[in-house]
Amino acid sequence: MMPKSHYAFKPYNVARWIIWSLFALVLLMAPQVFSSNLSVSMLAQMGIAIIACLSYNILLGQGGMLSFGHAVYTGLGSYVAIHTLLKVSEGAMNLPVSLIPLVGGLAGMFFAVLFGYVTTKKSGTTFAMITLGMGELVFAMSLMFSEFFGGEAGITADRMAGEPFMGITYGPNIQVYYLIAVYTFVSVALMFAFTRTPLGRILNAVRDNPERVEFIGYNTQIVRYLAFVIAGFFAGIAGGLAAIQFEIVTAEVVGPVRSGGYLLFTFLGGATFFFGPIIGGVLMVLAFVLFSEITKAWLLYLGLIFLFMVMYAPGGIASLIMMNLRVAAFGRLRELWVSYLGLGVTGLVVFTGAGALIEMVYHLQLSTAMGDTVQFLGATLNARSPDSWFGGVFILLTGLGLFELARRHFRLQWAEIQTDIEKEIKRRETQ
Amino acid sequence: MSSSKPTAVRPHDATMSHVHAGGHALELRQLRKSFGKTDIIRGVDLAVRAGERVAIIGPNGAGKSTLFNLISGRFPPTSGEILLGGVRIDGKKPFEINRLGLSRSFQITNIFPKLSVFENLRCGVLWSLGYKYTLFRFLADLRDANDRAEELMRMIRLDKKRDTLAMNLTYAEQRALEIGITIAGGAQVILLDEPTAGMSKSETSRFIDLIREVTVGKTLLTVEHDMGVVFGLADKIAVVVYGEVIAFDTPDAVRANAKVQEAYLGSVLADEQAATAGH
Amino acid sequence: MEFYIISMLNGLSYGLLLFMLSSGLTLIFSMMGVLNFAHASFYMVGAYVGYTLTQVIGFWPALVIAPLVVGLLGALFERWSLRKVHKFGHVPELLVTFGLSYIILELVQLVWGRTAVQFRPPEILREPAFTLIHHADDSLGFAWGSAPTEVCALAQTICSQFPATRAFMMLVAISMLIGVWLLLTRTRIGLVIQAALTHPETVETLGHNVPRVFMLVFGAGTGLAGLAGVIGGSTFVTEPAMAMTLGSLIFVVVVVGGLGSLSGAFLASLIIGVVQTFAVALDHSLIGLVQSLGITASEALQNNSVMRLTISQVAPILPYLFLVLILIFRPKGLLGNRES
Repeated sequence: MMPKSHYAFKPYNVARWIIWSLFALVLLMAPQVFSSNLSVSMLAQMGIAIIACLSYNILLGQGGMLSFGHAVYTGLGSYVAIHTLLKVSEGAMNLPVSLIPLVGGLAGMFFAVLFGYVTTKKSGTTFAMITLGMGELVFAMSLMFSEFFGGEAGITADRMAGEPFMGITYGPNIQVYYLIAVYTFVSVALMFAFTRTPLGRILNAVRDNPERVEFIGYNTQIVRYLAFVIAGFFAGIAGGLAAIQFEIVTAEVVGPVRSGGYLLFTFLGGATFFFGPIIGGVLMVLAFVLFSEITKAWLLYLGLIFLFMVMYAPGGIASLIMMNLRVAAFGRLRELWVSYLGLGVTGLVVFTGAGALIEMVYHLQLSTAMGDTVQFLGATLNARSPDSWFGGVFILLTGLGLFELARRHFRLQWAEIQTDIEKEIKRRETQ
Repeated sequence: MSSSKPTAVRPHDATMSHVHAGGHALELRQLRKSFGKTDIIRGVDLAVRAGERVAIIGPNGAGKSTLFNLISGRFPPTSGEILLGGVRIDGKKPFEINRLGLSRSFQITNIFPKLSVFENLRCGVLWSLGYKYTLFRFLADLRDANDRAEELMRMIRLDKKRDTLAMNLTYAEQRALEIGITIAGGAQVILLDEPTAGMSKSETSRFIDLIREVTVGKTLLTVEHDMGVVFGLADKIAVVVYGEVIAFDTPDAVRANAKVQEAYLGSVLADEQAATAGH
Repeated sequence: MEFYIISMLNGLSYGLLLFMLSSGLTLIFSMMGVLNFAHASFYMVGAYVGYTLTQVIGFWPALVIAPLVVGLLGALFERWSLRKVHKFGHVPELLVTFGLSYIILELVQLVWGRTAVQFRPPEILREPAFTLIHHADDSLGFAWGSAPTEVCALAQTICSQFPATRAFMMLVAISMLIGVWLLLTRTRIGLVIQAALTHPETVETLGHNVPRVFMLVFGAGTGLAGLAGVIGGSTFVTEPAMAMTLGSLIFVVVVVGGLGSLSGAFLASLIIGVVQTFAVALDHSLIGLVQSLGITASEALQNNSVMRLTISQVAPILPYLFLVLILIFRPKGLLGNRES
């Protein structure tokens, strides 16, 4: 039987147990495999990003609500969490650090209840604009209320606060990682469970056809409001974990850049499948931590990738995976490998040409103090020499031409396979 | 094929007792609707008994769909009253009206495209079974909801397409699904807006059989243009012209009504009679 | 007194600038259902292109050419990118423009650098348009251009100037408004656009090339944003952050005015423009109010950061507060139509 596409893993229970066990195993063993300090820190950040992006997808992918201000809830969760941490350090509160993320979650939920009513009054584009305005409102307020927001410097706290719990002080990075891992596993499980409840399913119905939902007895505004609150809760948990991880919270955590990041990466990972935002969260950390180090043009690349994703694969990476899995399930994947190879190679050529040009331009603009040459993929490009420029343009144009050829061939082949698959499905249905 | 009566769903108490006492299932009193300066509905009075099947016919632009939209709460009337089982529903929101026992289908198919057939139907039954905004139970465990959805699927004969996404169904199948969602909640008064629009002759007659089966015992109002359907399905016909009901009677009486002939039916009717006579 | 007049005029000119931007946004939205997230980015491109062209061919030619360049870029974007996602719905369209805003920001920074550039208005606009003279005896005087220095140097005489750039901004905005209105209501293409606003398919069956009309409208909308960019960039500052600050503001304007309503956008732009301008100039705070009422506040209250906030410090959030209030009390906006 072919895999269902929306919000269901494979229908066999065995497969489900395997997948969740694998997930737990990966969470457990990842820091053993990637054990450097930087790696552990990145893994921890990935856990946080996964929770944040999944919570965002409750709105975007499951509810059809495009929010430009999700960082408000993760950020306010962070702020409340770090203030709580401070209180614990001072001895004014007796709360184990392990429970601080829950405080963040409750804070996120509180603010979602507060702001959510007005925000969910409208839907669609208007909703998006309202979230944008709300986000800007909170961000602008962050410079005004300096007791809570800490002004420009932000709020810092020490995560080694209060009594150690079974010898765990949360000093070492690895301990914080495991705390995050536990929260990540539980949060992902809970959010997945949500998709299988009546409210979760009606939320999908609201996404697909809000008017119809009214005529099956549901108040769509309440459905959206409740989803908003639930998303706010998990967003707050992500925020609380971030407060512990970084021990500092500054105004940018509620800012529009962060909100935009959630949108971008959740979409990139894939909003139409449950596991898409998990991919998105991982990519988000990789991009911000690694990608930004490799090249100064990373935001430009990101923007371009996003643009092409929206135009050609609006279901994100998850949908690309699932589409190919479907093709594989029908035994047709093997035929495509030549096309994929062609696409890959020509794509690489295009990337090389474009990348060379972009890198040279960036170099000229930003780092001319350090000489005229820039390293790109092992080759030395001279930003001032016409040779390098001609070379780049030539490679780019050739690559574009070849890529277009490969793409057309792939498209024909893909379409043919899809028609065959459709026919096969119809045939199986009538059996 | 026997038509199974739907399993008991939560009764809409107020309306049902009123109806049992002999009141009308649906009443429109001096209903008016204007959009800006344009009067669309100009004083409609209509009283439908429980279990009646009423077809609403009339020339294009007469206000039939507007009437439906008023009754189902899409927008409020400018003046006048709408009573469902004796309870005023004018001015109420669609979901409130639905909870009181009125359900409708749409002229342009209105289903949940990215959900499967089964999921579509299951969504339709959830509220009426009392599940509301629950998030502490799994859908898979809701025995009554799942059973009812299965039953509905069989009734509309889409059980073979259980897991197909609604957007991948054929047009006629989507219309059938639309009906399924409409009756899922166990509403007693059902409004069908041009249910056979866009269907071929054979599809239409099959579809009408389906409608008849699944709405046994319910009060039915249909907007229709196909006269064959109207005369085959309806107990009573309401003729709407320029925002007013100019006749509300049995099919034969309406056929013979001079006003109606003058205003609307005329040659159309003669054609249909010839067609049905030729079967 | 002159403070109010000048501030009012400043506020109106700022509001008109906001309207120049939000009108293009509203037109594109009404026509195509697309909320162009990158609208303020085109504004920024207009400013930068205007700056570069001014260096090469002077301000006045640049004023004409820069909007054309921006409009062309917008049309090309519509043709190659936006059109492809049309079939996916409104959310992907919004997302595509969202991605574009990132790309434009990066490209602008790439070409022109990350710091502000000196986009100066032309000679003729550097003088004030007029000056209001508050004489020592409290009478009000008026002078075209700048007042003579001897007069302003007199004791207790305050000279308030109204910059010519602002006046020019108002002039361009109003002419643009009239021009667009005339175009839409009096020309054939305008009628086609108006029709396509609500019934694109019908218009297409009548033989008009609706996709091309869309491209035209998108190009025109972004071109107007570019025009606003040249004016705004030379009057205020031209820097990479200008898109972001103005961007969210114009979205507030269109939602407050009522999505899809030009007159609503006009009203909202003016209100927000005037309120912002006044707010930034006022230094009153809650604690000041309390003290002026003769009440002595406690030590703690005096040091409370909220009480000490001045109106000018609160100014940045005023539009967003306005947004929230409108949503609570009048959700369809000031002059919005029924939500369709």
